[in-house]
Amino acid sequence: MAYAVQTSSLTKYYGKARGIIDLSLVVEEGDFFGFIGPNGAGKSTTIRTLLGLLSPTGGTAKIFGKNILTHKTELLADIGYMPSEACFYQNRKVREIIKLSADLRGAARGKSCEPEAARLCERLKLDTEKKIGELSLGNRKKVSVVCALQHKPRLCILDEPTSGLDPLMQREFYQILEERNREGATVFLSSHVLSEVQRHCRHAAVIREGRLLVSDTIENLGHTGAKRVTVRGLHEPPRLETVRDVKKSGDTMTFLYSGSPKELLAALASLPLTDVAIAEPDLEEIFLHYYTPDAPEPDKEEP
Amino acid sequence: MTLLKHELRQGRNALCIWTLVIASMTALCVLIYPEIKSQMSAVSGMFSNMGGFSAAFGMDKLNFGEFLGFFGVECGNILGLGGAFFAALLGIQSLAKEEKDGTAEFLLTHPVSRSKILLQKLSALFLQIVILNAAVIGMTLLSVAAIGERPDPGTLSLLFLAYFLLQLETAAVCFGVSAFIRNGAAVIGLGMAALFYFLNIVANLTQKAGAFKYITPFGYAESADIIFDRSINGRYLAAGTVFALLGVAAAFFWYRKKDVR
Repeated sequence: MAYAVQTSSLTKYYGKARGIIDLSLVVEEGDFFGFIGPNGAGKSTTIRTLLGLLSPTGGTAKIFGKNILTHKTELLADIGYMPSEACFYQNRKVREIIKLSADLRGAARGKSCEPEAARLCERLKLDTEKKIGELSLGNRKKVSVVCALQHKPRLCILDEPTSGLDPLMQREFYQILEERNREGATVFLSSHVLSEVQRHCRHAAVIREGRLLVSDTIENLGHTGAKRVTVRGLHEPPRLETVRDVKKSGDTMTFLYSGSPKELLAALASLPLTDVAIAEPDLEEIFLHYYTPDAPEPDKEEP
Repeated sequence: MTLLKHELRQGRNALCIWTLVIASMTALCVLIYPEIKSQMSAVSGMFSNMGGFSAAFGMDKLNFGEFLGFFGVECGNILGLGGAFFAALLGIQSLAKEEKDGTAEFLLTHPVSRSKILLQKLSALFLQIVILNAAVIGMTLLSVAAIGERPDPGTLSLLFLAYFLLQLETAAVCFGVSAFIRNGAAVIGLGMAALFYFLNIVANLTQKAGAFKYITPFGYAESADIIFDRSINGRYLAAGTVFALLGVAAAFFWYRKKDVR
């Protein structure tokens, strides 16, 4: 079976500025996939390249096994895209924008989106008689959701979809996505909110400075073998190679440790500590570890 | 067709205002002609003898005492310059505005190829210019009938045709530029229209700058020449056609591959 999304060595430079470098990623059909990274890491660049808004500097990208450069229009009919900034024609009503989006697709599909659009507006509590210019960011996001999902696409590409939505709407939004996913649609979303990725996605990839760091199941991403160690009564962390992310507050010190447990215990035993706790780091911490510059190198540009 | 309808809807207000202003100003000028005509026989000679100034506006060749002479200068300014500004704004904003307002991302992620988007946007430009000109011509003919003048229909048609072509060329050239820019579209568009206008005036003032007539669409839309020769200068028009086609070709060449952020 062809992958829903497959990029190989996908590279995009804006002139000399880095967009993404050598990005190879696969998303299986039917997956619920999270694409994580800090601001400016290249998430939107990847997504916009997949959608044909940007042309890649190098590498290839396929959606449902078809090259995005040669089958763009055909593929766009199967995709529902929600941009991170929901911009529409200011002077038009919500209803008109949703209809415009459906009509622009109608040419390709010849089926009505109206019943589904009405259902989505109802669930998201979207007032369709308002003008776009009068809407808050959250409400514009809802318009975006309807435009992205009303035609029941095979692949939903969502760029930071929940920013601007209130918690109740976020929950409703994820419920809708999970229903679509159960019906067979592939969901690919980018986010920097780790908890929502952990809660909803099955697979995730982390991108930093334009390069893919890791792509795996959420479970495996959580099992890095690292421990969060908390000790009291020490001024210096034990001198071990794999100690990192040292934080002190008062007489308490915590650090991440990913070496052998025997060495850690031996080192701790020789120190004048008063208390110790060793625990699994939470996923957030693991992602933060990927985010921070002292993480395993996605090799640097400077010498 | 969806996008064409959408474009026309988006441009509706601007089209109404420009049409109303240009049509009513043209009609107003026609309606005051009888008043001016009686005074004009005295000053007509003066108008055509102000040397460079007369030449700049083609008044050395025109007779203000005749309706077409008067209409040529007045109409040349209102429909010529007004129409050029309108066409320039339409053309230059067509693609640039979508990127500036962030709506390009919405538009281009629907299953419509960029070529089709360009074609429908071009059709919308063309239709809007046709509508404006039809309204202006209609209003002019009504007001001409109202004051009882009977200008030569062939020459009058040529004048209108020339202004129409001038607008088409301006829109097409600006459309080409529009594919390359994101910000400052309106300023660039109005600047281009003004530049075209002044290039023609400079060309009228001195023979040395005669080549400018090939560059500016005002070259072939020069009322004085059209009334005097009873034809549109073919060489200037041919040059204009080439520029218009280059504008459209540049838009297609660039926009089909453009990175839209």
